[in-house]
Amino acid sequence: MGGHTSTYVPTSRWGKWFDERLPIARMMHGQFVDFPTPRNLNYLWTFGGILTFCLVAQIITGVVLAMHYQPSASGAFNSIEHIRRDVNFGWLIRNMHAVGASMFFVACYVHIFRGLYYGSYKAPREVLWILGVIILLVMMATACMGYTLPWGQMTFWCVTVITNLCSALDTIWQGLGTAIVEWLWGGYAVSGVTLNRFFSLHYLLPFVLCGVVALHIWALHVAGQNNPTGLDIKQPSDSVPMHPYATSKDIVGLFAFLLLFAWFVFFLPDYLGHADNYNEANPLVTPPHIVPEWYFLPFYAILRAFTGSFLGIPLGSLAKLMGVLAMFGAILILAFVPWLDTSRVRSTKYRPIYKWFFWLFAFTCLALGYLGSKPAEGVYVTWAQIFTTYYFLHFLVVMPVVGLIETPTKLPRSISEAVLGKSKGGTAPSGAAPAAAE
Amino acid sequence: MSKLMNRAVASFWLGAVALVPMQALAAEGHGPEIERQRWSFGGFRGQFDTAQLQRGFQVYEKVCSNCHGLSRIYFRNLVQGGGPQFPEASVKALAASWPNKITDGPNDEGNMFERPAGLPDPILGPYKNEKQARANQNGAYPPDLSLIVKARTVERNPSWWTHPFLMLGDIFSSYQEGGADYLYGLLTGYSDPPEGVTVADGMSYNKAFAGHQLAMPQPLQDDSVEYQDGTPKTLDNYARDVTAFLAWAADPSLDQRKRIGWQVMLYLLVTTVLLYLGKKRVWSSIKH
Repeated sequence: MGGHTSTYVPTSRWGKWFDERLPIARMMHGQFVDFPTPRNLNYLWTFGGILTFCLVAQIITGVVLAMHYQPSASGAFNSIEHIRRDVNFGWLIRNMHAVGASMFFVACYVHIFRGLYYGSYKAPREVLWILGVIILLVMMATACMGYTLPWGQMTFWCVTVITNLCSALDTIWQGLGTAIVEWLWGGYAVSGVTLNRFFSLHYLLPFVLCGVVALHIWALHVAGQNNPTGLDIKQPSDSVPMHPYATSKDIVGLFAFLLLFAWFVFFLPDYLGHADNYNEANPLVTPPHIVPEWYFLPFYAILRAFTGSFLGIPLGSLAKLMGVLAMFGAILILAFVPWLDTSRVRSTKYRPIYKWFFWLFAFTCLALGYLGSKPAEGVYVTWAQIFTTYYFLHFLVVMPVVGLIETPTKLPRSISEAVLGKSKGGTAPSGAAPAAAE
Repeated sequence: MSKLMNRAVASFWLGAVALVPMQALAAEGHGPEIERQRWSFGGFRGQFDTAQLQRGFQVYEKVCSNCHGLSRIYFRNLVQGGGPQFPEASVKALAASWPNKITDGPNDEGNMFERPAGLPDPILGPYKNEKQARANQNGAYPPDLSLIVKARTVERNPSWWTHPFLMLGDIFSSYQEGGADYLYGLLTGYSDPPEGVTVADGMSYNKAFAGHQLAMPQPLQDDSVEYQDGTPKTLDNYARDVTAFLAWAADPSLDQRKRIGWQVMLYLLVTTVLLYLGKKRVWSSIKH
């Protein structure tokens, strides 16, 4: 793995024997025990561990659910009711899995915004960041296919809408989109065949995710963690061993997160879903408005922002294709952030102008989420178009331009100086490092 | 309390954004007005009231079951904890006398046959399938009621600036009773159509129903069901009790879920505090 050399010393004869043959304990010790972590990490850095927990929890609950679930058009809905009612603690496992998906995305979005705020994508962490974008894409695909499985009204129609998006490719090459859609469906409409293959892929993709996550952690341990100052570790006093320092903080963060998780599992299990999903899928009845799960809403708003015209610009028959491209573009553009950001410093803490744009961008994402939950009509469309425009302007214009024209505030010389200076009576910039001051 | 909080924060926002020409978003068509009700099973501490579930089942049995099935509930469920908890013997007798028989078989001659229900059998409605139901109900289909409370909700269209606070209010107060509120609103929402509104033949006017025209005629009136326990025989009580019963039918593990929920929350809270103290101790010699 990384450049750090393990200080592992086997304590038993057996340990020594094993270490000479497979030094896995040596590696784990080097990477997760005495690995140097910046001493100034705040609680936002605990979300990496939280996400790992979420992935493992989803896999475990998912494997148990798969033991009782029937992936067929006639059996799916009934088998979930069977799990809720008749399987011992089935309601708990099912709630943990359904709420767990939402919590996974909560943690994921916090993690991404943390990275964006502190410039964790900048050199030498570009590959680490791109692996993160791939993880996000795989996560979304997994969540989307998993959402098919309850076979309720909302899931059925969501899947119909989402898979139908591919038919926009017909604009580029007549027949291409339709062919892809039929290939995805395994027929001419969403049916039990579609459900079957999505179940298979839903079981497969989390393990792909594990692989990419392993690479993500590997890349992290090559470059080392970023930190609120965005400075590199330059001297031994800048860092502390991962264990017990970072680990003790990680577990506090994890348990605090579990409080939120449990609140939803036990007291609001259906809050993040839709009532319509307790009606079995019916291809003959379309719900009044089809809304995806909350974590897709900003992207859904971007998709639907492209109507006949976009802020007065007529789009004509290209509207659907542009909507689809914009929606996928909104995620893929993240992969280019390391090169779009021209700033010399990593952390937004030291960027007086960009700071404002960062929070404007965060607001834009929330606003798009709100607009995605509303019907695509009237003033909602106009605002969706305005915020969609800013979403892309932020990456394509604000990031490169502000980086060039902005003069960063004075950086501390090292992490140690930032930390020790602060404790001598200096105050941390407000809003820059939530929960960092202790 | 959440209402108060919402109002306070909302009024702040109202002032703050008065200059922004976004008010158009707030002026939105509202769906039918459904009032929030107090439910014994509501919020994060609520549990089902056994006596109410028993009365609710009685209303289902005497009125609803004439058209609607409850096929995800089995007679055995009526005995179990967290539900109406009728004595086993009386449920056995009830199952045996249930008018809608269980189709079983094939028997040794290869024929399907009908037999009375027992504890392990579902509570069936009068119709064998949707076609038969529609043929007997003027083309309307009385849905199975097992999940009706979860499958319905109250449409709310808050203005954009109150939306986040309403959401937080719901999360903190753990509001999950939209379906129950809706069903109660529907059962008590029948009236003569207001002036100028004509109702199609065979339909009834209902203020809670989207579009206000409902194929189901008013099912409950005062004095329609004889209560054993002296509860006043009013439409309001019938609607409340049967809604509570159907809420249980849609979520039979609610009592257990919330009970365990508090144990889990307590465990997590104590552990989080202990871990935090441990973390403080670990970091005590290090400035960070």
